[in-house]
Amino acid sequence: MLSILRRRAAAGGSDAVLLSERLRKSCAAAMMRFQGYTTAAKEMTVREALNSVLDEEMSADPRVFLMGEEVGEYQGAYKVSKGLLQKFGPERVVDTPITEAGFTGIGVGAAYYGLRPVVEFMTFNFAMQAIDHIINSAAKTNYMSAGNISVPIVFRGPNGAAAGVGAQHSHCYAAWYGSCPGLKVLVPYSSEDARGLLKAAIRDPDPVVFLENELMYGERFPVSAEALDSSFCLPIGKAKIEREGKDVTITAFSKMVGLSLEAAEILAKEGISAEVINLRSIRPLDRSTINASVRKTNRLVTVEEGFPQHGVGAEIGMSIVEDSFGYLDAPIERITGADVPMPYAANLERMALPQIEDIVRAAKRVCYRSVPMAATA
Amino acid sequence: MSAAFSSVRAVCHPGSFAGEKRGPPATAASGKFASGFLGSSGKVWFGALPAYVRAAPSARRRGSFSVVAVSDVVKEKKPKRSSSPPDLLVTKEEGLELYEDMVLGRTFEDMCAQMYYRGKMFGFVHLYNGQEAVSTGFIKLLKQEDCVVSTYRDHVHALSKGVSSRAVMSELFGKTTGCCRGQGGSMHMFSKEHNLLGGFAFIGEGIPIATGAAFTSKYRREVLKEADCDHVTVAFFGDGTCNNGQFYECLNMAALWKLPIVFVVENNLWAIGMSHLRATSDPQIWKKGPAFGMPGVHVDGMDVLKVREVAKEAIGRARRGEGPTLVECETYRFRGHSLADPDELRDPAEKAHYAARDPIVALKKYIRENNLASEAELKAIDKKIDEVIEDAVEFADASPPPSRSQLLENVFADPKGFGIGPDGRYRCEDPKFTEGTAHV
Ligand SMILES: Cc1ncc(C[n+]2csc(CCOP(=O)(O)OP(=O)(O)O)c2C)c(N)n1
Ligand SMILES: [Mg+2]
Repeated sequence: MLSILRRRAAAGGSDAVLLSERLRKSCAAAMMRFQGYTTAAKEMTVREALNSVLDEEMSADPRVFLMGEEVGEYQGAYKVSKGLLQKFGPERVVDTPITEAGFTGIGVGAAYYGLRPVVEFMTFNFAMQAIDHIINSAAKTNYMSAGNISVPIVFRGPNGAAAGVGAQHSHCYAAWYGSCPGLKVLVPYSSEDARGLLKAAIRDPDPVVFLENELMYGERFPVSAEALDSSFCLPIGKAKIEREGKDVTITAFSKMVGLSLEAAEILAKEGISAEVINLRSIRPLDRSTINASVRKTNRLVTVEEGFPQHGVGAEIGMSIVEDSFGYLDAPIERITGADVPMPYAANLERMALPQIEDIVRAAKRVCYRSVPMAATA
Repeated sequence: MSAAFSSVRAVCHPGSFAGEKRGPPATAASGKFASGFLGSSGKVWFGALPAYVRAAPSARRRGSFSVVAVSDVVKEKKPKRSSSPPDLLVTKEEGLELYEDMVLGRTFEDMCAQMYYRGKMFGFVHLYNGQEAVSTGFIKLLKQEDCVVSTYRDHVHALSKGVSSRAVMSELFGKTTGCCRGQGGSMHMFSKEHNLLGGFAFIGEGIPIATGAAFTSKYRREVLKEADCDHVTVAFFGDGTCNNGQFYECLNMAALWKLPIVFVVENNLWAIGMSHLRATSDPQIWKKGPAFGMPGVHVDGMDVLKVREVAKEAIGRARRGEGPTLVECETYRFRGHSLADPDELRDPAEKAHYAARDPIVALKKYIRENNLASEAELKAIDKKIDEVIEDAVEFADASPPPSRSQLLENVFADPKGFGIGPDGRYRCEDPKFTEGTAHV
């Protein structure tokens, strides 16, 4: 990944070189320290983690600013930007009118011309009204301009299903953005992910789509002293093995990592040792970590909230077919959201989203353990 | 034409003021005015507006058609037949119909809040309390065939348009008896029968949809030669939405093609926690009508009778094929943005100011002062509505939740999504299709 960055940077002029150097150094340093952390940790919610990164990065670099609906006086629709207006003022924490196409384009323009915007979407659903600027103006420009214009911008906000908010508000966009060259797509699960990945995103010289999850904002995770250091940064394109195992690999991202870990716990009681991979990055996708794991376990279950067709699971499955086909001992299983717009009724909504039982059953199937018929219906 | 704003239609030269004969020339077109406009600070601002402000030049190609902007249309008394004495804005029957519809909206929403806190409904629930005069003032003038397009704050528009309380409540409970079988939810009310085209959760999204419905009415009349198709579409949306491009795009096309639509802005001064004044360079939304070649009207949205007079004229214009109108209704929501909103940014003085202008109380007062109906008659309506809402809750509660199989239904109108064969029938209905021998 870093070599790709360096190659890009070489084409992209001295500023980009500097930035990629800075990124490389800080990430490498952080990773080194990260290897051996043992210090008993403080706890932090994902919301606090994101907030602390915005605060630190805005303090460190005056070109970084936050813009979006309700980020200022309201302190963020989900309170992620709490206190930032008070600290940095309305010039750097910019409340916008409700015009995603407009303010996203303005953010992209500012990125072309020397600033480092963080554009918050109240939810990623609304980014659909700004898709032209995310894809056409942000993702394609470094290429179209042959490196003349780079676009250091972060698009962030909650993605995927919340609860009971219906079809238009419950949509996972990981596969959409994941299919687009020129974008980096990050998907934090824990507070440590949120800190390390958001820092990487803000410092990155390219457009990053940063998909949070509303239901995770209030979740509390232990965070090491290393992760709390203001230089902490995670590499883009690197997955994390959240739990080691030998019988089956489960890949997941965002909220689904938590469900997969719970499923692994249940599986362990039944004698199946599951390895859970937290993808952290959808694009670039960490094919090597996934393939190495599958070569070890010989079985794969992919988990995501999004739709099945052309989904993240489809891509992961294909990467295994391409690179590790001979290692597979069972067909790959995909657990995804149902192939329908999200229904409102609570019972239908539950059925439309992956549940822990679905993951457990799929893992058993690929391990050729019997699964009661009724349960598979 | 006894219309609300026909009186100023005559004078509209570029640079002159329409209606100079009736009000002082306004300075609204200058930037100065904007600073004193809108009461997010709790100021009284209805009265502060000039009666008539600068009109835009008429569209040259459209002959004598003139475009005007009118602020704060106050109707003089208007003769009426029927049971009421002359000189009143409404008959007794009309007055009671408006009263009942507003009480229905209010009582329904109050019940929603209770049911939400009891966990019977979930997600985002946006209530309409305080804005009833707008829904009632417009929708009660519409025919069943006319279209309404709403936002996520849509329960009351649905009720005014005739969707039953049972159907809306059941939808909110996520039950099969809901108007969308529990699949849509609070923000997505639809009813083909009542020509309610949604229920849109995204800002601005409903405006082009409504414009498309109006396009359809014109198309039916002119292309399909349905001479009697005079259907009108009314699009409701908020002040915050008027900063979204789709609003401007559609004002342009609606005026360009003279579509039968009324754009109704429910300006409640806030978009969640964003004050209209902080979000909009020129907060007088109604002035944007003339800029696109259509009348822009500004009306007290807490007064159902004023709203109704403006609505009559705007809907009449659309029905006569004279094109669109932009109406800005100044209103206020009595609750937070949604039931999840802590509502910490609005000034208590501002809330109190508007609470004192409750549209239901105001209509009641009008009815009583003009002896249109007795206190007992109004009480009887309140009681009837309480019963309707109680019944809706019981009905929704007793209704079954969707079955498992419903999850996969309705993704397409085409039952399986395989398209239509050369014989004009759905391919999936061809018995050979599933045998794998059909020609696809
Ligand atoms: C495209 C889009 N962006 C953001 C939102 C989030 N949002 C929901 S309601 C709202 C405020 C709308 O204010 P206004 O248009 O004044 O209507 P009101 O809620 O006051 O009726 C916002 C920003 C959305 N629904 N759609
Ligand atoms: Mg509003």
